[in-house]
Amino acid sequence: MTTSMTTRFRPLVSAATLTLAVLCMLLPAVVAARAEVKIQEVKSDKGVTAWLVEDYSVPIIAMRFLFDGGSTQDPAGKEGLANLMTGLFDEGAGELDSDAFQVRLDDAGAEMRFSEGNDGIGGSMRMLADRQDEAFELLKLAVEKPRFDQAPIDRIRSQIVNGIVANARDPQTQAARKWSEAIYGNHPYARPDEGTEKSLATITADDLRAFHKANFARDNLHVAVVGAIDAETLKKRLDQVFGDLPEKSDLRPVERVEPKLDQTVQVEYPLPQTSLQLIYPGVPRDAPDFLAAALMEHILGGGTFSSRLFEEVREKRGLAYNVSSALANQEHSSALIISTATRSDRAGETLGVIRDVVRKMAEEGPTEAELEAAKKYMLGAYAINNLDSSGAIAATLVDLQTDELGIDYMRKRIDLINAVTLDQVKEVARKLLTAEPAVMILGPKLAEGSKG
Amino acid sequence: MILGFLRAKGSLPAVLALGLAIAAPALAEAPRKDWAVSSFTLDNGMQVVVIPDHRAPIVTHMVWYKVGSADEPPGKSGIAHFFEHLMFKGTTNHKAGEFGQKVAEIGGSENAFTTYDYTAYHQTVAPEALETMMSFEADRMRNLVLTDAVIGPERDVILEERRSRIENNPGALLNEEVDATLYQNQPYRIPVIGWMQEIEQLNRVDATEFYNRYYAPNNAILVVAGDVEPEAVKAMAEKTYGKIARGPDLPPRVRPKEPEQNTKRTVELTDERVSVPSFSKSWLVPSYQTAKDGEAEALDLLSEILGGGNRSRLYQGLVVKDGIASSAGAFFEGTMVDDTSFTVYGGPRGEAGLQQVEEAVDVEIRRIINDGVTQDELDKAKDRFVRSMIFARDNQASMANIYGSTLATGGSVEDIARWPDRIRAVTPEQIKAVAAKYLNPDRSVAGYLLPAKSVEK
Repeated sequence: MTTSMTTRFRPLVSAATLTLAVLCMLLPAVVAARAEVKIQEVKSDKGVTAWLVEDYSVPIIAMRFLFDGGSTQDPAGKEGLANLMTGLFDEGAGELDSDAFQVRLDDAGAEMRFSEGNDGIGGSMRMLADRQDEAFELLKLAVEKPRFDQAPIDRIRSQIVNGIVANARDPQTQAARKWSEAIYGNHPYARPDEGTEKSLATITADDLRAFHKANFARDNLHVAVVGAIDAETLKKRLDQVFGDLPEKSDLRPVERVEPKLDQTVQVEYPLPQTSLQLIYPGVPRDAPDFLAAALMEHILGGGTFSSRLFEEVREKRGLAYNVSSALANQEHSSALIISTATRSDRAGETLGVIRDVVRKMAEEGPTEAELEAAKKYMLGAYAINNLDSSGAIAATLVDLQTDELGIDYMRKRIDLINAVTLDQVKEVARKLLTAEPAVMILGPKLAEGSKG
Repeated sequence: MILGFLRAKGSLPAVLALGLAIAAPALAEAPRKDWAVSSFTLDNGMQVVVIPDHRAPIVTHMVWYKVGSADEPPGKSGIAHFFEHLMFKGTTNHKAGEFGQKVAEIGGSENAFTTYDYTAYHQTVAPEALETMMSFEADRMRNLVLTDAVIGPERDVILEERRSRIENNPGALLNEEVDATLYQNQPYRIPVIGWMQEIEQLNRVDATEFYNRYYAPNNAILVVAGDVEPEAVKAMAEKTYGKIARGPDLPPRVRPKEPEQNTKRTVELTDERVSVPSFSKSWLVPSYQTAKDGEAEALDLLSEILGGGNRSRLYQGLVVKDGIASSAGAFFEGTMVDDTSFTVYGGPRGEAGLQQVEEAVDVEIRRIINDGVTQDELDKAKDRFVRSMIFARDNQASMANIYGSTLATGGSVEDIARWPDRIRAVTPEQIKAVAAKYLNPDRSVAGYLLPAKSVEK
């Protein structure tokens, strides 16, 4: 059945979002309205801090954590190191080789995952509360003592290389690569997370160990826990899992980068459907006009079926199955991205419609009614988007920590959103949307003069 | 009735909007009272299931119609899904977009999806808004206004949807044709989204007929999961859905059945966009609805042991030990009205060729047919299934999906409650028996996705 479901709408994973939005926090991200989530700050004896939401209604514990760093820390020439490493945490740790570790993890009934992004390496574990001793012990081994044995390194590496080769002729992947380079130039964000065949071949077990030592420390760690565990127990668990990591990380500085706008990047390919992406300037998470920008973006192309772009491109004209915008914020860069995929013979028309909608928003801004509706949406959506499972709550708490928004942000944001004025939103619309965007096109060549 | 774990195969022809049927919920071990699932039927025949979860002030409201693409009239492929889109147009009481605006205005989320066997509409909102959602959803069950003006652009949207899901993805194109080959007579041979040339012809008359035939309370299931009490849901349901007249009784969902399959078939797609070959092999097998004597549970566990993750025989054998495959696995799609499919898949790595991987997959299957599985690996597979139900309780939408998909394919609330026991009861002999009975190489369909320049297979 899973092979055959089709839906009215799905999150767009177009070529461009693959690179540009992979690790970006898509908005509306952070903010709570009515949900009463009681967050405790727990600090272990060794100084590891976690945010905890105690809840005993389901006998499970969900933990999420993130080490700042990520693939921007890959040494030049060894691109793909962080990504390779995330495939190796359940491939042997401490005294346990790959097989022994996986058997014990399976017996413990715990699910452990690691993933990597441009700005961090994240991990999660979901366990049955009555099997937590074994689960935390295995997590400790994975986090502190990964073995990086040669056989699993070679196997996981060759799987990654296989994926790279498999995508070598996939136009979506190739376009995403080209777009990343056009947008980010020489910045680490332009590099492919998974590396290249050549860079992966150079990575050794010693490289992995050095990277682990520099990136897995207590000072760049953010932890959140939700479920059937109390603060006192969690304190001990924090030291058990993370207490023996080095106190300080050793991260290389990463420069801020603004996306290179005012360019057209076309990848010609004879596809029946053309993918389009437009990139405008964004707003950093800590900027004073961030929430004004988030509200504006929601009105422009956010939400499910109600934005201006959705109305003009899909509802009125049937030009695309999906059209949407997003504020994509990474640690060192921000952008506002509009994406769609449309019939190739009408791609020029679609681009024109999008440009018109953007121009109108830049010149006139939203109406008072639209702003009110957007505020209500952002207030109400928080619980639904962020708090519908233990894992979702834990992930939200980690985001709040990495964004440095404070443990009381869920309450504060209500006032912050309500305080945004129409003038502020108009101002930010003008600021972001009058820029000449980067336009990226994957598909047959557009007819002359139809680039909007 | 329910899949073990949801896993993506090489390339799915369609993307899920919601995580689907992870496994049945954990109601086997002494449920706490406030978790108890209740189920009742309104006077007009609409079935209702309430799954309380009071951890967050959120409620998921879903209406499932017992109609999917496999119920479509001949030549009208795609009408079930097209109609799903049209449900978002206006009604006699609310203009188009009003429902969506209402959902957006309170920060809710909404969507809908269509499969072979059912179509579902859902919103997630704060509990205070539940009655409003019910009122809008009940309204569009009968009061939709279908005009040519809304139908034309929406048909274009769906053609774009088809291009983006299928034409833009060689793996999806291949899967469509594998299904059309595996199912020789059952309507599962036709893609849910429909064939391009038939979608292009769908019109207002088709939509109206479809609506009048299938959209009625006695063909629908209401599932509400979240921060609500069953009594309150019942009162609201009676006020909204309860006011709709019962529709004509629909005949049982008896569809064309498969003839005996006697051949080994091969489907190949060569595409410029492909660099590394891959293959799948599928068999016709019973679903939870058509199986007898625990065969569906056994097939579910067989798929887990053979190819259900990185502890499975295929992964450990081909990817880890022999190092010839980049991926290898198996899956069984059990929650279906009619006979369904069991699939294995793999792709080569390094110097290995596709044929070598395929042969190694065949060897693993033969090992189970000849020697069976061990009690230990069966116990571990069962443990994974049973605990996945505890994890499923952590997300109200997963719970709602489990109940909705089971009921919409002919299962019952009791089937879900008893599922863990039925899984526990499966023996190694049963696993061996279903493998021998169904995974016959002479009755399989192999699909090969091949690079344009390679002649290797």
